[in-house]
Amino acid sequence: MSFAQQFDPSVIQTLSQTLLQTTTVDLERSLNSPTLPLIQFSALLSPIASHHLETMAQKAHQLTRQRFGNTMQMFVPMYLSNKCYNTCTYCGFSIHHNYRRITLNEDEILKEGLLLKEKGFQHLLLLTGEAPDSVGLTYIKKAVELLKPHFSSIGIEVQPMKEPEYRELIQAGCDSLTLYQETYHPDSYKKHHLSGKKKNYLNRLDAADEGGKAGFYRINLGALFGLYDWRFEALSLFEHLRYMQKKYWTSKLSVSFPRIQKMVGEFAPDHELTDRDLTQLICAFRIAFPDLGITLSTREKAGFRNHVLKLGVTTMSAESHTAPGGYSGKEDSTEQFETSDHRSLEDVQSKLLALGYEPVMRDWI
Amino acid sequence: MKDLLKIADRTFSSRLLLGTGKFSSPSVMKQAIEQAGCEIITTALRRVDIHNPEDSFIQSIPQSAYLFLPNTSGARNADEAIRIARLGRASGLSHWVKLEVTPDPHYLLPDGIETLKAAEALVKEGFVVLPYINADPILAKRLEEVGCATVMPLGAPIGSNRGLKTKDLIAIIIEQATVPVVVDAGIGTPSQAAEAMEMGAAAVLVNTAIATSANPPLFAEAFKLAVEAGRKGFLAGIPSIKLKAEASSPLTGFLG
Repeated sequence: MSFAQQFDPSVIQTLSQTLLQTTTVDLERSLNSPTLPLIQFSALLSPIASHHLETMAQKAHQLTRQRFGNTMQMFVPMYLSNKCYNTCTYCGFSIHHNYRRITLNEDEILKEGLLLKEKGFQHLLLLTGEAPDSVGLTYIKKAVELLKPHFSSIGIEVQPMKEPEYRELIQAGCDSLTLYQETYHPDSYKKHHLSGKKKNYLNRLDAADEGGKAGFYRINLGALFGLYDWRFEALSLFEHLRYMQKKYWTSKLSVSFPRIQKMVGEFAPDHELTDRDLTQLICAFRIAFPDLGITLSTREKAGFRNHVLKLGVTTMSAESHTAPGGYSGKEDSTEQFETSDHRSLEDVQSKLLALGYEPVMRDWI
Repeated sequence: MKDLLKIADRTFSSRLLLGTGKFSSPSVMKQAIEQAGCEIITTALRRVDIHNPEDSFIQSIPQSAYLFLPNTSGARNADEAIRIARLGRASGLSHWVKLEVTPDPHYLLPDGIETLKAAEALVKEGFVVLPYINADPILAKRLEEVGCATVMPLGAPIGSNRGLKTKDLIAIIIEQATVPVVVDAGIGTPSQAAEAMEMGAAAVLVNTAIATSANPPLFAEAFKLAVEAGRKGFLAGIPSIKLKAEASSPLTGFLG
């Protein structure tokens, strides 16, 4: 049974309410338990847990250090195209925004890639909007083939695909798949995905299974925080990760907690995730999954990243641009959202070293 | 006669092998390696930029002073491990390889079936193969038979610092082995390292415990001393444990 077939949002909805009543005793039980079923995990997301954040942070820091040591994996996103046929309320690539769309050609892809390689990046994440006619499997596969000789790891964050397509991409040299459900809450999903293929909630929910069957080395899940109640999203992500961990046991799993950022047009998130909430989320996931990769991107401000990276973060980006051709200074290219941490890779690396972390540029062949 | 560790055609005075992951910087790693007094260091090929002489790892360790033991960490099956090992040799790093095949990214437990497959192929290609295995005495014998230079059973899941949880099985492996037995994972304290050496392990490999300690160079030195102490204890002969007290001056001694 796939995750989409077994996931029951109504159970999660109920638990996201009952967890608000968590007591200190419940929390202590969860913090001392060697394994955490969903109900015990929910205690870590409670308001009472927020009052014990320091205890959670200490535990999360210690677990991260034991499992991942004093290292931080670095990566960089590279946008290939902002062409997209979906209407999504929160996204700068949504078709309802009227601007000239850009899709990098082969020369531009290579130029952009070599520029990032020159800076020292070895792990690359390729991103596109959803426009299967021009930016479909053939295009993405070509990009992977062009770039793989120059990078040790190539990941993709593109439209959902099926197992055979993912297999082709793996064959071409792609090792990791990033796929955010955006929101696990069906009604909110409907509200924010108005037209286009992305409108299909279940199709998106199925894609991680397809990636697992295809055998990706790494699979990165996430929700876009701001579309619905963060506790609901966190419980759903927990369920999705546990499911993936058991079923696709050879894939390395990681998670991201992106918060909605400013973009072209106006969009105000319905549900806020404060810095304190995000810190609690990172600690809760680290405690529940000692081996889980946790990614923190340049969506977040430098100051916040410097502090929170000790609590469970294993992977960070730097110097990111979210428009196609953004690194080689392509004019007129519109970005997906505004980043908040504008430090250079070098600055991030020296900050990490000063904090006692070795920035790791390569970790795959 | 000097007590040397012999693996394949090489001999070593130190019986402590060091892993190089998880350190906060190359300079802390370098100090720890020096204080550990080790001669064999293992490093993940996926972490080293073998084509780049400016790579921070390659730069920080003088290659002539140590035996570099590249490992296939991250490989999920025999094919991936073989591919990584070949890349290591082709780059001129070493024809020695610490074979790790860990399909499960959570506990990083080794896959015995794929390890045996890869070991057999790599030995045929002329590699000196040191396989990381679960503490499985039969698998250890099978690996020996295909020509592995050592066997490296785990004491506990890698990085767990839990000590010799597989002690009884490691004892069987040591008893039966004709190649050096190196206890490879799970050792978290110097006393646990000493315990493995007292049991007759030929060497131990430590990484997480040292790399994530508050003072890696000092902890490395502690491991060095513990390994030496355990080894000397083993060579001297560990007195057997008795259930009851036994007086040093027995009461029936007068009977002759």
